[in-house]
This record gives sequence, structure tokens and C-alpha cells, in this order.
Amino acid sequence: MNTLIAISGLGILSLIAEIFNARKAIVPMTIIGLLAILGLTASEFGLDKGYYNNMVVVDKFSSAFSCLFIIITIFLVAMSHDFYKNQSTKISDFVAIKVFLLAGAVAMVSFGNLSMFFLGIEVLSIALYILAASNRLNLKSNEAGMKYFLMGSFASGIILFGICLVYGATGSFDLKAIYQVIHYSNFPQWYFIGIVLLLIGMLFKIATVPFHFWAPDVYEGSPALTTATMSSLAKIVAMAALFRLVVKLLPVQSYSFQVIIVCVAIASMLVGNIMALRQNNVKRMFAFSGISHAGFMVMTLLCLNNAASVLLYYAAAYAVAGIAFFAVVIYVTREKQNETIDSFNGFGKTHPLLAGILTASLLSMAGIPILAGFFAKFFLLNQLIQTGWIVLVIVAVIASIISVGYYFKIILALYTKDSEQNLPAVPLAYQIVAVLALLLNILIGLFPGYVLNLLG
Amino acid sequence: MNVSFILILLLFGAIATYFAGDQLAKKVALVFSLASVAGSIYIFNQHMAGIDTNFRENWISNPNLFIALKVDGLSVAMLLLTTALTSIILFSSFGNQYNNSKNFYALVMFMSFAMVGTFLSADAFLYYIFWELSLIPIYFIALLWGNGDAEERKKAIIKFFIYTLAGSLFMLVAFIYLFQKAGSLLIGDLYAIHLSGQEQFWIFLALFLAYAIKIPIVPFHSWQANTYQKAPAAGTMLLSGIMLKMGLYSVIRWQLPIAPVAAKMYMDVFIGLSVAGVIYGSVVALKQKNIKKLLAYSSLAHVGLIAAGAYTLTLDGLRGAVLQMIAHGFVVVGLFFAAEVIERRFNTQEISEMGGIRIQDNKFASMFMIVMLASVALPSTFNFIGEFTLLYSLYNANIWFAILAGTTIILGAVYMLKMFQHVMLGEAGAKVFKAVTTQETIVFVVIIAVLLFFGLYPKPINDLITPALQEIVTKINRQ
Repeated sequence: MNTLIAISGLGILSLIAEIFNARKAIVPMTIIGLLAILGLTASEFGLDKGYYNNMVVVDKFSSAFSCLFIIITIFLVAMSHDFYKNQSTKISDFVAIKVFLLAGAVAMVSFGNLSMFFLGIEVLSIALYILAASNRLNLKSNEAGMKYFLMGSFASGIILFGICLVYGATGSFDLKAIYQVIHYSNFPQWYFIGIVLLLIGMLFKIATVPFHFWAPDVYEGSPALTTATMSSLAKIVAMAALFRLVVKLLPVQSYSFQVIIVCVAIASMLVGNIMALRQNNVKRMFAFSGISHAGFMVMTLLCLNNAASVLLYYAAAYAVAGIAFFAVVIYVTREKQNETIDSFNGFGKTHPLLAGILTASLLSMAGIPILAGFFAKFFLLNQLIQTGWIVLVIVAVIASIISVGYYFKIILALYTKDSEQNLPAVPLAYQIVAVLALLLNILIGLFPGYVLNLLG
Repeated sequence: MNVSFILILLLFGAIATYFAGDQLAKKVALVFSLASVAGSIYIFNQHMAGIDTNFRENWISNPNLFIALKVDGLSVAMLLLTTALTSIILFSSFGNQYNNSKNFYALVMFMSFAMVGTFLSADAFLYYIFWELSLIPIYFIALLWGNGDAEERKKAIIKFFIYTLAGSLFMLVAFIYLFQKAGSLLIGDLYAIHLSGQEQFWIFLALFLAYAIKIPIVPFHSWQANTYQKAPAAGTMLLSGIMLKMGLYSVIRWQLPIAPVAAKMYMDVFIGLSVAGVIYGSVVALKQKNIKKLLAYSSLAHVGLIAAGAYTLTLDGLRGAVLQMIAHGFVVVGLFFAAEVIERRFNTQEISEMGGIRIQDNKFASMFMIVMLASVALPSTFNFIGEFTLLYSLYNANIWFAILAGTTIILGAVYMLKMFQHVMLGEAGAKVFKAVTTQETIVFVVIIAVLLFFGLYPKPINDLITPALQEIVTKINRQ
């Protein structure tokens, strides 16, 4: 709860800083503030407590994920200063929106009440709609913002409808009350229709097949930093929220629910990876790769009992790899109209360090040891085999093999082609973010126990 | 001191090589590599003296995974082979000029680190990590420093990468399944679990996919010849000399003892596939016009024989396999180095463009001759001992296998001698063959010395590996 208040306060503070003409101080101030909030959240770890009639429930799950979100937001904010260099008058808006987005994210993992959950999802989504359209002179950005807004609000509507049905069936928004009803009394069958609608809305936010059509266009059109926010932060937030929802609302899984999840996961992994093979735009490729990773993460819903730590690990590994990836991509494609793979030609010769980081993060996403992405896949498959869905394991393996094809397309461009382009000097912030993200990636790869044991 | 220091030494060597700069890189790499040879000999002595140098440390508590390194005769033999061959390969590439040589030599050292790790690991998870890790450096070595057209090379190398990765991911699935059964991936625990015949069959198959691609066994060999041809000489030597031994070693260490029932039940099938590789490789080698491709196919034939020997599940078969792994490692490095020596002077790999070398450089001709004869298993060379043991074990399994596999000796002699004739003999052409340098001579002399010494006196290696193999055979025959 304190985390949520502090984050909202920080967002307002960075808006106020604009009034006092402290534009240069905004990014450092926000980073320091976020670090302090990270410390605060970490210090409250393990403190199970509900606030305001259980509107917000802080437990291990929510604290751990909140920490992860805060770390990722720090990276994103750190890149903001250079990214919005041409729009420096609006920097406080952009930073404040990102901080508010974080507030929505934290609310989405620490809700104790469905209305709080919906509040979180709206704060997050509206922040993202604005960010997607934030490059207002660019037609593509406008298109992306509009598309995302139309589709996203539609999904929000479906979620809201789902919540209403759940309320109608159980008479409460409160998770504890709902738990009582579904365990100890009879309740109408439309409860499950509500759950299905909730599931559809959330799968849309995570961008899994068959609710993925918005992702490639929106990812491609949005400014690169927004794409980074969507793919690394928003995706795992929605996934964590969905996990929490399913844990709380559907403690006993029926076979048909499992079949739905299995189908969604298989379709996401295959469609995402196969479509990614054909992309020539890096952001679009990353959108499809994100769809396949969403397919992987959705599989944690099949083994709710001990999958929380695996989900945390997978999300962390995916997000830090994505941050390092985008730190390099933003730098390379900043002056360009299109983010084609050709932009990376010969990058390995001119910038060995950044190219190495990009390679490592791609290898991590492809699941090559000793990077975190490999361990994430290993732990996930390890859980999956226990559920008995061997077919999922096989598909996951095949999907991983396919994914190597497009990740290596970029690596090949890095090292085997020659470049004719001259890139400006690397902004220090990007370099620091990329190096730190890679270090984090290797560290949680070498010592996975620290992350895994958080949620015991 | 336990065996982990060799791994640390090699990893540190890779980092030091990278930071030594382009000028010093090769020397630094060689120093560290020779130090690792010394370290391996030290481990060998400790092992023979009966001192325990195993290493085991808890890594991840949940799931229960260890950093465990096991020292027995088999792994010591492979350790010696890897470190010695890495030194030879590093030294042999001194004659080449590589761009960015610090990256090149650092990658070679890193690959040596990963391969040593694969041979020493006693926890399947750690083993898998090293196994995958060894793929990354060879991918970049072949891609960036290889020869031939860049586009074709890219295709060949990515094919190799995806093939091997695909195989090993199925191995990972098998290990995860075993982990659910055993609760740990320590090799001892994996040996101890009881699996039904059905389970063993699937485990065996998943592991087979990984190893058959790596070795390679027909019909999973199609990446091999192109990759060998496109990779730089050092890369080809690393691949053929050491890396494919990872597959053979893993068959002996992991596949057979974990799924012995399946291995016994389908023994004929797997020996059959391996023997098919022997014949296929030999026949295709007859037709090759490119010297590196010819050597690649001859290598395919030889490793097929080794795999066939291992799949007989007898002590003789396993012993022959290990002996021949070591012998083949040295011989194939020698052969590819000879091809490289010619390529340095003639700038070609096409056999038809060679010839007339013996007249110009008698010394090189004789050295090449000895290595070539060792490759066709002339008595008194190390390869003869290996192949003889292998054929003997195949004869005990089924006489037809021995007869079919025996053709490798005849066909091998045919294509090797034909190749030698076209490459070395004949009138001196327009091309001038500069006499071999001292550095090149040293490489050949070391290889020939090893091949002849153990050809005449194989007892040290035999004594080293037999107890370990005996133990594995006991595991295979457990009920």
C-alpha cells in the first residue's frame, strides 16, 4: 500500500517539478525516488496485510512483482532523457505518465477487490494509450495510439462485463467474499461466464493468440521507448495480474479450463514464432516474439500451486532481456523511418560492446545457457512435465527451435554484413542501461535461487 | 586441489586472451592452454595415485541441482585429449593471420572450457549447460573466420547450429523427465532410478537425437560436410577432433547406462545405423573433389564405427570406442592440418588443382603419408588398435556387422591413397610449394609421436580407461 501511495506521490512530484522549471532534475529525481520506493517495497517483503477493507492486499506475490516492475521502470525512465531530447518541454509529462503507469501496475498485482483490479488496469492502459500516440506528428504513432485505444477499451469493456457477472453470481467484488461463496454455497453458473470474459480481456492485454492482432501494428507504430514499455513492462504486469486472478477466482481448475489454456499456449507459441520468422522490422519481430513468450508464460496457469516463482523468474528474465534489447535498438534506429534488420548491418564491427549486449539478450530470449532465459525455460518445462501435458513440452521445444531462426537473423546482420551508416555517439544512459540489464540477466542466470526462493 | 581449477584456468585464459590484445592473444592462449595440459597431467597423476579430485557444490537448492565434476578414467582420458588437442590446434593456427585475433583465440579458449566442462560434469543440468555453451563459440568461429562465399557459409553454419540445438533440446526434455523421477540430476541418482521399458525407449530416443546429430550418425549427418568445409582450419579441427567426441562420450557416459534396457532391445537398429554411416561415408568420400569434404566424409565413416562399437554394450566395444576416439582425434587434426598446410600455399581445397608436392617438399610428403596411413589403420599406429578392437567387438555381436564395417578399412585405403596420389604425387606443376616451416613440422611431429607411441604401447591408456568402462558396463548390465 505504501508503495502505491509513494509511487503516485512521485508521479505528482515530477509534474510539479516542471512548474518550478527543474526540467533537468526530473529524470535523476525520479530514478532516486524509484530506488527509494524499491527499498521500501523490499523492506516490507513478507508482510501479509490488507488495507482499506481489503481493497489492497500486500503479500509476497505482490511485493516481489512490484519490485520487478519498479526495477524495469527505473530502466525505462533512465532512457527517457535521451529519448525525448527533441521534445524536452514535455519530459515531465512522459516521465510522470510512466510513473503513473507503474502505479497502475502495482495496483494490478496487489488488488484484493475486483474494482481495485479494474482501476489498476485502466490506469495502466490509459497511460499506454497516451504513450503510444505520444509522437503526435508521426502518422504511424497516431495510428498505433488509435488502434490500441479502440481495441484496448473494447477489451476493458469485456473485463468489466466479466466482473459484473462475477458480482452478479457472488454478490461481492471482494476476493475473500467471493472465495467464501464459491467454496461454501451454491452459485449460478454464469460465474464461469464471467471468468471466461475476464480471461479473454486479460489474454488480450497479454497479447496471446487469438487476441494478438493489435500487437504487431501497435508495437511497430509506437515510439520505440513505448514499445519497450509495452513489451517488457505491460506484458508481464498483465500476466502477473491474470495469474493472481486465476489463483483467487478459480482455485480448482476444470479440465475444460486447462484445455483452453493449452490451446492458447500452443497457438501463441507457434503463431508467434512462425510469424516472427517472416518479419523484416525489428519491432514487429519483437511483437511476435513477445506473443510466443506470452504463450510460454500462460502455461504457468496450469500449475498454480508452485508456478508463481517460475512466473516471476520467467518474467524477470524476459523483461531484462527486452530492456537490453531495446536499449540498443532505440539507439540504432533513432534517426530512421523504419526499424529494418538492415539497420544493424555491420554494427558488430563499429560498436562491439553494444552488439555483444544485443547478441547476449537475443541468446537469452532464444534460451541458450548460461543466460537467464535458458533457466526460465528450464524451470517452466520442469513444472509443466509435472502437470502431465507432455504435448505442451514438445511444442515448447519446437517453438524454441524455430525462434533461433529469427533471433539469429539479427545476429547475422550484426556480424557478417558491412555497414555504410554513421551513427552518432552512444548516449551514456543507453550504454549504462544496456550493461546493467545484461549484468542482471547473467546474475539471475548464475544464481537463480535468489529469485526462485522469493515466493518459496 | 580438485579438478575444478582446470575449468577456472581455461575460463580465465579465455578472458585473459581477450584482454591481451591482437598481438599477444595467440601467445597468451597457448600459454594457458599448455598450463591446462599440465593441469590435466596433474589430475591424471592424482587419479592414478587414487586421490579423489571430484568436486561437488550445491548450486540451486530448489530444484535440486549441483555443480558436480567427476573424475574417473574416462573423463581423465577425455580431459587429456581436449587440452592436448586444443594446444595443438592453437599452435597450428599460428601460421594463419586472423582479423580480430583476440576474439578468435578467446573463443577457442572458451570452447575448450565448455568442452572440458562437458566431459567432467556429473550433474546432467551442468552437463547440458556446458554442452550448449560449446556451441556458441564454434558458431562464431565458423561464421566469422570461415572461408568461401559468405552467403553459403551463413546457410551452412546456421543449419549446423539449428540441427544441434534441436537435438539437444530434446535431450533437455529427457533430462527434465528424469529429474521428475529421480529428484536430482546427479549422475549416480540417474543411474539408480528404475524406468519401465517404454520410458527407457523414449529417453533413449531423445538422447539419441542429440548425440546422433552431434556425432553425426546417418541420417543426421547432412550438416557435417558443408560445415567442415566452410569453417576455418582451427574450427574444423575443433569440431572433428574434439566436439564430435562429446557426442560419443555422452553415449557411453549418459545414454547407455541410463537406458540400458532400450539399448539392448534395439541394439541391432542402432548398430545398423552406425554401420550404415560407415559405408555411406566411405562411398561418398570416394567421389569427393574437395579435400576438406573428403576428410569430412572419411571422418563420418570412422565415427560411425566408433558409435557402432559403443552400441555393442560390451567392454571390448566401449574400450575400442574410447581408444579410437582418442586416436581419431589426433589423426583427424593431423589430416585437416595437412589440408590447411596445402591451402596456405595453393589457396585451394580442390584436389584437382593440387599435385607435385612430393617432388618439391619431401619432408611434408612423408609426414602426411604417416598421418594418412594412421588414418587407414595401418598396424603399429594407434588407430589400428582402436579399429581392431572395435571390429572385434562387432564380430562378437554379429559377424555381418563386422564384415560390413570392415569395408571401411578397404574403402578407406582406396580413397585415402587415391587422394594422396592426386594431391602429393605427379610432376611439379606451375604452383610453387614452399617448404614446411618449423612450426608446421612441430605440429606434425607431435601428432605422429602420439600416434606411434600409443600404437606400440597402448597400455597406459588401456589401464586408465578400463576400470571406468568396467563400471559403466556393470551399470548397463544391472537388473
